[in-house]
Amino acid sequence: MNETPALLFNRLDLYLIAAAFLLAVGIYGLIRRRTLIGMLISGELIFSAASLNLMAFNRFTAHDQTVGQIFVLFIMGLAAAEVAIALSLIIAVYRNYQSVRAAELSELKG
Amino acid sequence: MNPFPAANLLLTGIFLFCLATLAAGALLAVFSKRLIRSVCGLAVCCFGLAGLYYFLHSPFLAMMEILVYVGAVCVTIVFAIMLAEPEEPSDAETSGASMMWASAALGVSLAVFCSLAWLGSQTKWTYPVRLDNDGSIAAIGIALLTTYSLPFELISLALLVAILGALVLARTGRSLPSETNIPVANGEPKWPGTNGARRRVDGTSSDESLELPDVVTTASAPHGSHAHRAAKASQPREESQPV
Repeated sequence: MNETPALLFNRLDLYLIAAAFLLAVGIYGLIRRRTLIGMLISGELIFSAASLNLMAFNRFTAHDQTVGQIFVLFIMGLAAAEVAIALSLIIAVYRNYQSVRAAELSELKG
Repeated sequence: MNPFPAANLLLTGIFLFCLATLAAGALLAVFSKRLIRSVCGLAVCCFGLAGLYYFLHSPFLAMMEILVYVGAVCVTIVFAIMLAEPEEPSDAETSGASMMWASAALGVSLAVFCSLAWLGSQTKWTYPVRLDNDGSIAAIGIALLTTYSLPFELISLALLVAILGALVLARTGRSLPSETNIPVANGEPKWPGTNGARRRVDGTSSDESLELPDVVTTASAPHGSHAHRAAKASQPREESQPV
């Protein structure tokens, strides 16, 4: 695998840079978004970044090629569960506050 | 050796297209004003990610990415957007604090991206000399049923608990029908569990307290007397439906 330098899709660093880009965009959205659903979407981008990193390392540096795939599969399942819980929480918050803006959920603020 | 000499060029083009799809989807998911476009950006990003999974020798995960993320997660977020109708504030975009937050977020994300990209491209990764298996779907299935059988069962349990928790969380906290704009013409709206919620809110269960949240029905049914409406409220729900 070392002696194939050329092909662009067989280079580990490109996948790592793509994953870093996804993580950076997700962090930006997590800071910048004001609604809970927007934050959730940015969180999904960060999940995708972690999955891409694991898959890239699994493809290029792991002996057992199934470990990363199974790990990413579990990440997908947990992300689906997390999205279901988070969205039902958001719906419950909307029923109580009539808004999903994060700045208005300040009932505990003194 | 290569029967089709332009294959590598074609593959590189497809790979770059997948990368561009990923980047464009991520940028659209974060920078668009309306949340529904943001969800569409997430779906586009997941398609690009599925293409990258395909290039990483895992067509199974590419399919699962499209199936789970585009088919389930994005559709669920779209449902939540339709239920919660979030409005993105547009007047606060030009204020000083908002611009400060935007520049701070941009600085943080740029620092994260540059440092991680530099770290990933500068490190000398060690590549394995031999592989234990080929990572095919058969190998994944064997590993899921032998080595990873306990996490496989546990994640099914986690999904079950998540579904039940989501149902419970979305079920409770429903407001009374007289406080929302649910049309209540000709009697009561057809909501399950309304009588129980009313009794809990009012504290008592007499006929007088049953009339208290019925303010909306007074305007919509002006011909009914008090006693008639009280008798109507205590009757079964099918009686109050419009005929």
